[in-house]
Amino acid sequence: MFTYILYGVMLLALLISFLKDKKKTKMALKKAWKAFENILPQFLTVILIVGFALTVLSPETISKLVGNESGLFGVLAAAVVGAITMIPGFVAFPLAAALLESGAGYMQLTALISSLMMVGIVTIPMEIKTFGKKITFLRNGAAFLCSIAMALLMGVLMK
Amino acid sequence: MKKFMQIVKRYRVFLILLAAELVMTAFLPQIGLASLKASGNNILQMLQVLPAVFILLGLLDVWVDRATMMKYTGKGSGLRGFFISLLLGSCAAGPLYAAFPVAAMMLKKGSSVFNVMIFIGAWSATKIPPLTFEAASLGVRYMLTRLAMSLVTLVLIALICDRALKEEEKQKLYALHQEEEA
Repeated sequence: MFTYILYGVMLLALLISFLKDKKKTKMALKKAWKAFENILPQFLTVILIVGFALTVLSPETISKLVGNESGLFGVLAAAVVGAITMIPGFVAFPLAAALLESGAGYMQLTALISSLMMVGIVTIPMEIKTFGKKITFLRNGAAFLCSIAMALLMGVLMK
Repeated sequence: MKKFMQIVKRYRVFLILLAAELVMTAFLPQIGLASLKASGNNILQMLQVLPAVFILLGLLDVWVDRATMMKYTGKGSGLRGFFISLLLGSCAAGPLYAAFPVAAMMLKKGSSVFNVMIFIGAWSATKIPPLTFEAASLGVRYMLTRLAMSLVTLVLIALICDRALKEEEKQKLYALHQEEEA
């Protein structure tokens, strides 16, 4: 659904651009391709690693790791798993709901979800290329700590 | 031939990993095949959103000049710059690593480091499509609570990153992205 909106917006923008200036539009498409091709080697590398990580740390394995674990160890384990894996939202949230049913608490779920979304160990080389080392490590480190803080707070709030 | 070698060099990490995965598949076919399948699915998903993201990026590059981008999201753009960056990130689609090229473009056009980090934070934590899945799986109350916390967190992280970078380090970062164009 959202993808359609995205493509709708893109096509509309492309059409307006084309009607206004054909040359500029051609340049935009060239730039789009260049930007894509520029980052393609890293994209492919990340995708290979993610595929492997997803297989080794499958939803079943993750639920074993944090499923029945309560307490701080579970939170920490969940945050670490979230930091190294990359699972898209439409897989992650049903997984989280399943974890909840199998006995994990809101704390562990929140740690997993938040670090999944905000921390990306696998993509660190790409991030460094964009932001440099300092911001990359600061951002990921801070995001990791914030995920744990959010988890603890959520554990209190969702009682 | 020279061009071919250049391509091999650029993709060497990917090629080495791919070779390693194929070797692994020969010995551990179960894990290997599942990994390759997962990667294949990932590529398909990526190909669904990325063309739109990159074409929009190209159009942005051509039509929005540096001065405009600076005015709206640059240093001193204030609350308006903050909300624009937040909205831009929240309305995005695709994994976080797709946000890096967009962030690079923002830096090239002179957006402030703070606003770029807000954009990255929004892309990672307050993207709208995943929020709908979250509400469906874990309830609206959970989704809203986490959203509120994410908003605080992303401002905090953006502040930390912005403050930690010295002025000359920021200039270096901007210079890096200016160069890439040339």
